[in-house]
Amino acid sequence: MTATLFTNARLIDPVALTDGEGAILVRDGKIAEIFEDANPAASDATVIDCQGLCLAPGIIDIGVKVSEPGERHKESFRSAGRAAAAGGVTTIVTRPDTLPAIDTPETLEFVERRAQADAPVHVLPMAALTKGRQGREMTEIGFLQDAGAVAFTDCDSVVTNTKVYARALTYARSLDALVIGHVQEPLLSDGAAVTSGKFASLRGLPAVSPMAERMGLDRDISLLEMTGARYHVDQITTARALPALERAKRNGLRITAGVGVHHLTLNELDVADYRTFFKLKPPLRSEEDRLAVVQAVAEGLIDIICSMHTPQDEESKRLPFEEAASGAVGLETLLPAALRLYHAEMIDLPRLFRALALNPARLLGLGGGRLSEGAPADLILFDPDAPFQLDRTSLLSKSKNTPFDGARLQGKVIGTWVDGAKVWGAK
Amino acid sequence: MTFRARHLLGIEHLHPTEITALLDLADSYADHNRKGIAHRDVLSGMTQINMFFENSTRTQASFELAGKRLGADVMNMGMQASSIKKGETLIDTALTLNAMRPDLLVVRHPHSGAVDLLSQKVNCAVLNAGDGKHEHPTQALLDALTIRRAKGRLHRLSIAICGDIAHSRVARSNIMLLGKMENRIRLIAPATLMPSGMDEFGVEVFENMEEGLKDVDVVMMLRLQKERMDGGFIPSEREYFHRYGLNAEKLAHAKEDAIVMHPGPMNRGVEIDGTIADDINRSVIQEQVEMGVAVRMAAMDLLARNLRQARGPKEVMV
Repeated sequence: MTATLFTNARLIDPVALTDGEGAILVRDGKIAEIFEDANPAASDATVIDCQGLCLAPGIIDIGVKVSEPGERHKESFRSAGRAAAAGGVTTIVTRPDTLPAIDTPETLEFVERRAQADAPVHVLPMAALTKGRQGREMTEIGFLQDAGAVAFTDCDSVVTNTKVYARALTYARSLDALVIGHVQEPLLSDGAAVTSGKFASLRGLPAVSPMAERMGLDRDISLLEMTGARYHVDQITTARALPALERAKRNGLRITAGVGVHHLTLNELDVADYRTFFKLKPPLRSEEDRLAVVQAVAEGLIDIICSMHTPQDEESKRLPFEEAASGAVGLETLLPAALRLYHAEMIDLPRLFRALALNPARLLGLGGGRLSEGAPADLILFDPDAPFQLDRTSLLSKSKNTPFDGARLQGKVIGTWVDGAKVWGAK
Repeated sequence: MTFRARHLLGIEHLHPTEITALLDLADSYADHNRKGIAHRDVLSGMTQINMFFENSTRTQASFELAGKRLGADVMNMGMQASSIKKGETLIDTALTLNAMRPDLLVVRHPHSGAVDLLSQKVNCAVLNAGDGKHEHPTQALLDALTIRRAKGRLHRLSIAICGDIAHSRVARSNIMLLGKMENRIRLIAPATLMPSGMDEFGVEVFENMEEGLKDVDVVMMLRLQKERMDGGFIPSEREYFHRYGLNAEKLAHAKEDAIVMHPGPMNRGVEIDGTIADDINRSVIQEQVEMGVAVRMAAMDLLARNLRQARGPKEVMV
């Protein structure tokens, strides 16, 4: 019987959308009681004085790439797990775009076993929607679901054959499986490294119109109307896609959407003189798009903020921009980057944690992501104002490909608890 | 002396006074070349390596000749056939060459930004001989010198750049250079070959060639880069020639004394009528090639001066 009492806390509640003083009693890995009084009587519990800092539900990050199997030198479950704990992420939902892809119950079990052994945070695996992420045949969705796959996605590989996709969505619907799509018209965006516009033309880089995203979304919305599947868009990054998303939600389709934190905090101009750490997929957008997407998160139209953690080694980034690999690590910078929006007064903390914790939990049917009695005690204590300058070599991820190297950020995780046990922070 | 750059990677970061300084020097080299005056002491003892990751005959020959006229030891490396095929990365190639201690590295690469990347890893002066669809600074400089000699000035001219702008690094460097020197720039291209956002560069954009050519002083044609096209940008070459090929009829819309330019190699009958290209009263295409050598001599001379200054006095073995 272990009990911990977090006193003198600033509770960030994404359900009630409140941000105020209080205390939380944790017992047996669950939230046992929530007090409005910041300093209730301790009884038998160990007391942790939060000193007025923020206590929030741990972040649930959907779409984390852990490079096992295949490229463990880029990221392992151990390194990703430690990076997550340090970044205040208590659940990572992993992508199946590994080598080989996670498309059979056997590879999924390998991932679960590795995660169990090495990661200090919860790891929930996703599986591929089609075999080898090739877009030709659906995977064993039922077996994979039984083996623990929480969602099905081909990641950034778009299923171009709509017949195959429609069948996979229909089959997934019959099992109430969640499908996560990447909306991008694949032919229009073929070969593109940046978003089209003045900057792309100046740099002479192959570019894609932001419209490619809406074309992908429009197609998938039509398929949802056809099949009734439960569907989440991994990233919406352009203003032009938002009205279509809004309409689909209003029409009662089972659709939700996410956005990567980099697209909320950076724009196309950050690429500057061909800086490959800013090469992402989809590419960074214009400032107008960024602002529209931030607003959509604040309003709740976009449901989820994720890190789109994508480890890449130095070799795959030290190349001419067109040849360099896409993606950035983000587990450790997700919170401080997202807090930029809070400090810019574009979103308040409860709404931020609605997108970082509550909505991902709801989407996956998890009990966490909220400060509620009976919920798992996945908690983070953080100082939203603490300033620091990021040094990428200090990251716990094996890969250091962050676009925030040298950036001035605010927000430090003081402690992370998973099921009531401390996994990060000073003893 | 106001040319301070360490490398010549593009026009974007050059100041107008640097451009003028370079053109002034190139102008005198052009005169000396005509008179047959050699300058073998300027780059003597220096090693120039031409690294071309993409096919080139004209630009490579021009750089080679420029280096030799100034007394450099010139080495050509055809990179398409070498280490790249063996899987070596661009940076490793750069480091390998750097270890051989060249003084001037002339680089052409099919990817935008690749020459910038390479320049960060070497101690010598790097000249961009064209990177992807990004920049081709010596071409813009030789175009500028040709215009200045033909028109007597390089400002307040109306200049039309016509054709395959989307795939052209020549167009990008020229837009920047001619804009910095305060000229009026008109871009003429079919909409499929006009990159997006060009109207934000302070230029006028035309789809109709006759309208675009109206009263211009300079007509700069671009080569249709068939090798860079991975899909149908235009319906056919004959339709392209009909709408965007320069012939006497279209040229009549320009000023009477307008000059015609082309960076070469030309597709006769695709973007330019052969008789216009050969008209010695209008075409300055051969002069462009001539100015190319002079501009490259000037660029390497200036970079070598800055390099010597940065390295300090050299000890002489006795």
